[in-house]
Amino acid sequence: MSTTLAGILFIGSLLMALAVVYRPLGDYMYRVYTRPSHSRVERAVYRTVGADPDGEQTWGAYARSVLAFALVGILFLYGFQRLQNHLPLSLGRTPVKPDQAWNTAVSFVTNTNWQSYSGETTMGHLVQMSGLAVQNFVSAAMGMCVAVALIRGFVRKKTGHLGNFWVDLTRTCVRILLPIAFAAAIVLIAGGLVQNFGGGHVADTLTGAHQQIPGGPVASQEAIKELGTNGGGFYNANSAHPFENATAWTNWLEILLILVIPFSLCRTFGRMVGQNRQGYAILAVMGGIALVSVTLLNVFQLTHHGTVPAAAGGSMEGVEMRFGVANSATFAGATTLTSTGAVDSFHDSYTSLGGMMTLLNMMLGEVAPGGTGSGLYGMLILAVVTVFVAGLMVGRTPEYLGKKIGSREIKFAAMYFLSTPVLVLGGTAVALAVPDGRAGMLNRGAHGFSEVLYAFTSASNNNGSAFAGLTVNTVFYDTALGLCMALGRFLPIVFVLALAGSLARQGRVPESAGTLPTHRPQFAGMLAGVTVVLVALTFLPALALGPLAEGIRS
Amino acid sequence: MRYPRWLRLHLAALRALLVLTAVLGVAYPLAVYAVGRLPGLHDQAGGSFVELDGRTVGSALIGQSFTGPDGKPLKRYFQSRPSSGGHDPMASGASNLGPEDVVDRPGRQSLLTQVCVRSKAIGELNGVSGARPFCTPGGAGAVLAVFGPRAADGTVPRPTRVVSVNESHTPFMASYKGVRVEPARPGEDYAKGLVVPVRGDAPADPAVPPDAVTASGSGLDPDISPAYAAIQAGRVAQARGVPPAQVERLIKEQGRALGFMGEPTVNVLKLNIALDRAYPAR
Repeated sequence: MSTTLAGILFIGSLLMALAVVYRPLGDYMYRVYTRPSHSRVERAVYRTVGADPDGEQTWGAYARSVLAFALVGILFLYGFQRLQNHLPLSLGRTPVKPDQAWNTAVSFVTNTNWQSYSGETTMGHLVQMSGLAVQNFVSAAMGMCVAVALIRGFVRKKTGHLGNFWVDLTRTCVRILLPIAFAAAIVLIAGGLVQNFGGGHVADTLTGAHQQIPGGPVASQEAIKELGTNGGGFYNANSAHPFENATAWTNWLEILLILVIPFSLCRTFGRMVGQNRQGYAILAVMGGIALVSVTLLNVFQLTHHGTVPAAAGGSMEGVEMRFGVANSATFAGATTLTSTGAVDSFHDSYTSLGGMMTLLNMMLGEVAPGGTGSGLYGMLILAVVTVFVAGLMVGRTPEYLGKKIGSREIKFAAMYFLSTPVLVLGGTAVALAVPDGRAGMLNRGAHGFSEVLYAFTSASNNNGSAFAGLTVNTVFYDTALGLCMALGRFLPIVFVLALAGSLARQGRVPESAGTLPTHRPQFAGMLAGVTVVLVALTFLPALALGPLAEGIRS
Repeated sequence: MRYPRWLRLHLAALRALLVLTAVLGVAYPLAVYAVGRLPGLHDQAGGSFVELDGRTVGSALIGQSFTGPDGKPLKRYFQSRPSSGGHDPMASGASNLGPEDVVDRPGRQSLLTQVCVRSKAIGELNGVSGARPFCTPGGAGAVLAVFGPRAADGTVPRPTRVVSVNESHTPFMASYKGVRVEPARPGEDYAKGLVVPVRGDAPADPAVPPDAVTASGSGLDPDISPAYAAIQAGRVAQARGVPPAQVERLIKEQGRALGFMGEPTVNVLKLNIALDRAYPAR
């Protein structure tokens, strides 16, 4: 079988698997978010927290709970890393230095999982499994909570209430993420991932040398790292490391885990608004953009345009043999289209245009299908912008799902959309203007610029992957990227919740002959167009200075 | 005593975090660990270690170097892919050098030159041609810095000076557009010139396969391509004094998973263990 055909079958089989689980998982999540009853474990959690599980919150209270939980998470994780030498299973690691601990804490709480550290030499096992991996669960859950609160804003009428954050958080973790992660972790062990608490094993190699091979609770962390679109590797090499991704089929499974919740949430959305076709419309836009992007990425990588790829005879630099070029490109597409940022191959060494696709994927705002929850709320914001644009064309007040999109709503949507570009472009500009920022580049010229642009795009969009040549373990980058991650996560969340509150207060507008149907191919096409055009207008000039300048050369 | 509202909220958040940490950060990994102790999963969860004559010689999943104390490849062993971390599992990672990293700098070879150096060495070791596109016969990146007035499209139609930037000896080509090509002088900066990689006439599909000249993503790739194993078999057989067919028989090609996932591979450590078992060193 040729590499191309195998690569197509690989993508096709992933699509089939996603199609098979779309309805059952989406329906299951719908029930999780709408059933009034609480399990015994959950009641115990609510008692400990001191929350009334049947008490509803306004958008302000919901947002305050989200922010309080995040702030406590950051402080806890910061302290955990700073004190790791006093804790068990620390493997003799020293405390993480302050700026790096801040960066890492923010990174994991914001679902970014940007890593300026190298896992095998910096973190003890306890910090990994009880600090970082816990945030892998709860930060993913937080995104899903906010998405569900936004859907409730569309569904409910004349109320201030959007649900209860503590209930949504607990249910997401216990009923959705934990069971899937557990099953996936076991399957991954069967594939070769390690799950132990040893400090490492010294092998006497055939040539008489010694090789220290690390251990760790990797499988449990790998499962939630992909499922929660987190991406923070146990080891420095992330999902390229054989202990994190042992075979070609674990690679397939990890890509599936990355994509399964973001896509299936469309079904949950359709069920909650009472019209499955609305879910399919959003799914079509997400799936269409994703398929085009992954296909292009495969084509660019397999044709290996560029001096070094042509010299090598293939884009194999930074790529593992067992995955090969095509499957690595598919992983790269999945990880940057969602907010995952795990890598099974190193994007810095990709062909210029292949590397540009990974950047462009993140610049899309990670909405196709995006992170767990964050992808759906990002796409719904774009849908709001789209009905607004359509309304302007025909001179009618725009509506979406029976809610009027007035000036208040469109302001929140616009502020949501603007916050990330401001952070990406502003951050890149500052980094290039100061010596500390320029000093980090590994490559020269256009590729060096791409490294910096990639870092700020990745941090502000909460992706976490890197053009890893950039030296980011410096006070400047740790601090600046930490700020970008925090603002890039929580500003949009506050705007989304404010929008949800404002929608929930409205009544329902009855459908009329003038209502733009939002489930037809016409609307889906327009939504995809708005997504791409908005991004192109915002980021093309920056791309022209980096990957385009490098890739389009005589 | 009653705390202010903001403090109560944060205390609730802290309690939520602690209880979730107990469930997700302690109970969950321990439960996965417990299941991983079961037979059938136990070996993988431990690290897939492999033994020879009762000693652990490594993990089947972690690549290692088969070089002598001088760092040179040992001829009796199949060689792994290049690693940017020297196959040290405590320093996993990739080179992260870009696709247009073609100009050597003091103290650091460009990615292009690294590829060319490896190709030449592997070609010589295994008795095949090490020639590649964009590589000089001497094993450096074939790259010129072209100086002169620029045309509107950025090219230099009438160069005044041409330097072969990665070679400090006789350049790989004598002249470029009628201008004599000079060798690079150490310490001189050629950043102002137009960088022109020269393709040369090496075949696009060289004898030394791509995986042999590129560093892996993890730096710990346990596998090589069947093509890379094939060009090494003759040399290994010669070093061990056995017919090549016997060595070739030991090469166990692992096909694509389910027929379409990943690429066909050969596990280097397992292959070398099989060699040592079949033909112990005398």
